[in-house]
Amino acid sequence: MQDNTLRSATISVLVENEAGVLARVIGLFSGRGYNIDSLTVAPVERDGSKSRITVVTQGTEMVIEQIKAQLDRLVPVYKVLDLTEGPHLSRELALIKVLGTGEKRAEALRLADAFRARVIDATTESFTFELTGATDKLDAFLDLMRPLGLAEVSRTGVAAIARGAKTIG
Amino acid sequence: MDGTIPATEQMNSGAEAVLRALKAQGVDVIFGYPGGAVLPIYDAIFQQNEIRHILVRHEQAAVHAAEGYARSTGKVGCVLVTSGPGATNAVTGLVDALMDSIPLVCLTGQVPTHLIGNDAFQEADTTGITRQATKHNYLVKKSADLVGVVHEAFHVARTGRPGPVVIDLPKDILINPAPYHEPTAKVHRSYRPRTEPDTAKIKEAVALLKRARQPVVYAGGGIVNAGPEASRLLTEFVRLTGMPCTNTLMGLGTFPASDPQFLGMLGMHGTFEANLTMHGADVMLNIGARFDDRVTGRLNAFSPGSKKIHIDIDPANINKSVAVDLAIVADACNALKALIEAWKADPTPQDKEALAQWWAQIEIWRAKQSLRYTQPRDPGSVIKPQYAIEQLYKATRGRETYVTTEVGQHQMWAAQYFKFEKPNRWMTSGGLGTMGYGLPAAMGVQVAHPDALVIDIAGEASILMNIQEMSTLAQYRLPVKVFILNNHYMGMVRQWQELLHGSRYSNSYSEALPDFVKLAESFHGVGLRAETADDLDRVIHEMLATDKPVIADICVDEKENVFPMIPSGAAHNQMLLGPEHEAAGQPTVTSAGKALV
Ligand SMILES: Cc1cc2nc3c(=O)[nH]c(=O)nc-3n(C[C@H](O)[C@H](O)[C@H](O)COP(=O)(O)OP(=O)(O)OC[C@H]3O[C@@H](n4cnc5c(N)ncnc54)[C@H](O)[C@@H]3O)c2cc1C
Ligand SMILES: Cc1ncc(C[n+]2csc(CCOP(=O)(O)OP(=O)(O)O)c2C)c(N)n1
Ligand SMILES: [Mg+2]
Repeated sequence: MQDNTLRSATISVLVENEAGVLARVIGLFSGRGYNIDSLTVAPVERDGSKSRITVVTQGTEMVIEQIKAQLDRLVPVYKVLDLTEGPHLSRELALIKVLGTGEKRAEALRLADAFRARVIDATTESFTFELTGATDKLDAFLDLMRPLGLAEVSRTGVAAIARGAKTIG
Repeated sequence: MDGTIPATEQMNSGAEAVLRALKAQGVDVIFGYPGGAVLPIYDAIFQQNEIRHILVRHEQAAVHAAEGYARSTGKVGCVLVTSGPGATNAVTGLVDALMDSIPLVCLTGQVPTHLIGNDAFQEADTTGITRQATKHNYLVKKSADLVGVVHEAFHVARTGRPGPVVIDLPKDILINPAPYHEPTAKVHRSYRPRTEPDTAKIKEAVALLKRARQPVVYAGGGIVNAGPEASRLLTEFVRLTGMPCTNTLMGLGTFPASDPQFLGMLGMHGTFEANLTMHGADVMLNIGARFDDRVTGRLNAFSPGSKKIHIDIDPANINKSVAVDLAIVADACNALKALIEAWKADPTPQDKEALAQWWAQIEIWRAKQSLRYTQPRDPGSVIKPQYAIEQLYKATRGRETYVTTEVGQHQMWAAQYFKFEKPNRWMTSGGLGTMGYGLPAAMGVQVAHPDALVIDIAGEASILMNIQEMSTLAQYRLPVKVFILNNHYMGMVRQWQELLHGSRYSNSYSEALPDFVKLAESFHGVGLRAETADDLDRVIHEMLATDKPVIADICVDEKENVFPMIPSGAAHNQMLLGPEHEAAGQPTVTSAGKALV
């Protein structure tokens, strides 16, 4: 019968870059009770006419199919692509502020190095790291920083793209 | 907007450009109500004769009137309201049209562009408020975009799954000159509804149907949306295949009610035979219906043994609540054409014997006469509401009749006892269930069909929700007949209170009702009343013979309930039958069912 297992889906939506388009997408999710785990948006064409929205959501297979169909019927939507259906790359960027001195500070720096986080700002009592990677890598790094004085995080949310020659167009 | 720029011509004002675009889109009537922000359009309306304006008495009614107009003609309905309260008053109508797939364009006034966001007088964030209430909406910020937006709005409203579209028009855009161009053939860049079926899937559907032993066709409002030709093709296909056919509330009229292959409406208040046929089917063909919860009952018990084929123009309505075996995204008319061809081309013989057995079973269910009721015949007898509808139906046969309804028990009795042979004759608020829909919708129908008989079958509670439109009827001499089944209760609410809340009739009695006869008279119409069964035929006759708006106050049995009924949370084979039937095996409502609506 119906499959009730939840899965995560990373969906790319290519939209006409017009007023209210983001509100339409967000309103669709809130109005129909779908989850949004992450959402990013920015123009992707040189003339600024199209934007790409990447949304990470969760649901049963049937709900995810619904989400895609509902997105696709919005008038300013060109294309909906479920990247999780094939191999794809997801990245997000985080700016992470860690406060501390002494051994904890040194440990934070060592771990940052291991994660290839860059120090983009530093004072005698703080570091700000820039880290790019898959969501779980960012999560793991943040978990490590928590006992070491993690003070503030700003994350971009996920940007994603299919592997290989396949494009959304 | 699309890229190519067609030849343009400068118009003196945006308002004139809008009107010209409306004409180009085939608009012949606008339902509206003026106000500061739309005065330029009203001025342009004043200076021309091609588009008629019907002045309603409340903006909600303008939208319902446009719905009635649209549903009865297949054209796009057009509404014009002012900013702020004009737009917010229209919202209920917009959601109603969205739920029932009715094509509308609603023009709303807006404060001038430089004041937007300043809490200006009569400013409301109309595009924000109506974003989830429309298929699409626009705020026009540049005069150069104006006409393109109007043309596009009509295209969006009418194509794909039809629906309401709002265009918010700031006052400066209406006043300033604007370029006009004709509609272009070019389609929108990102909006491309699919209408042609996948032929391989049509063949697959035919293969399933040819091998079916217990098939059923379940046809809905999408057939109405697809135009009268789709109803003709549906009828042809059903007759060709010999299969039983049922309609949703929204689909009534798409298959002739008098046809022996018609099982009546299905669902919560559908017939015994329609619901049991659905329950027992081995192959179900759904065309233009959306597996609404009023239809399916408890989902995990819905037609458990059937292979389900679903044809719908909107992919989002497929696999939404019911998982189907074969999904075909297409316009119903195109799909039916393809089905008929593929059926004729497929040499596989049907299992005629199995089909005959299936029909024998269906006839046993039909013999139960689940819509049976008894009208007492003694002089002075109370009128049974079912009888009132049947007598009304009989009296109108042979006439060009359009029926609208309000919402409640009377709506269900109208659906059960009034028979429709053609599409576009039955207008009801199905998805939203908006009390107050029927009178303004009837008004819109009458505007579109001035010589037809237009009846609003109403309840005494619902009719009060848009009763002010009696004034509009008088002004435009629209002879709409309001046929009130007056049971002194919000009967549908009372019925649920009986079933679910120990008959505690909390706030469901219609107290302090007006005298509907005098009310009609004060609105320049004719008021009639039938108090007993002896009066009924006379009142119906008088009503039909009057060429003015009429309110007929039909005093009916206050305690009557709508049967059959599938209680919330129950399955198709767990129907409550009426008092005419033995009470054996009647289901009760579970606590889970009680939480449903
Ligand atoms: C008090 C009350 C009781 C009710 N009880 C019942 C009941 O007992 N039985 C019942 O059936 N309903 C009942 N309803 C109505 C119910 O709520 C739904 O409105 C109705 O069942 C939906 O009808 P539908 O499935 O035909 O879909 P509609 O709402 O008419 O939707 C049309 C479908 O067709 C599709 N479509 C549109 N255009 C096309 C096209 N050109 N080609 C193909 N597909 C197209 C759309 O995408 C959509 O899926 C009741 C309503 C009220 C208020
Ligand atoms: C605008 C609105 N408010 C509330 C309801 C809930 N409701 C559904 S039926 C009904 C009672 C309708 O009473 P009446 O018009 O007398 O019809 P009856 O059921 O008695 O035939 C109510 C309140 C609704 N459908 N619409
Ligand atoms: Mg009533």
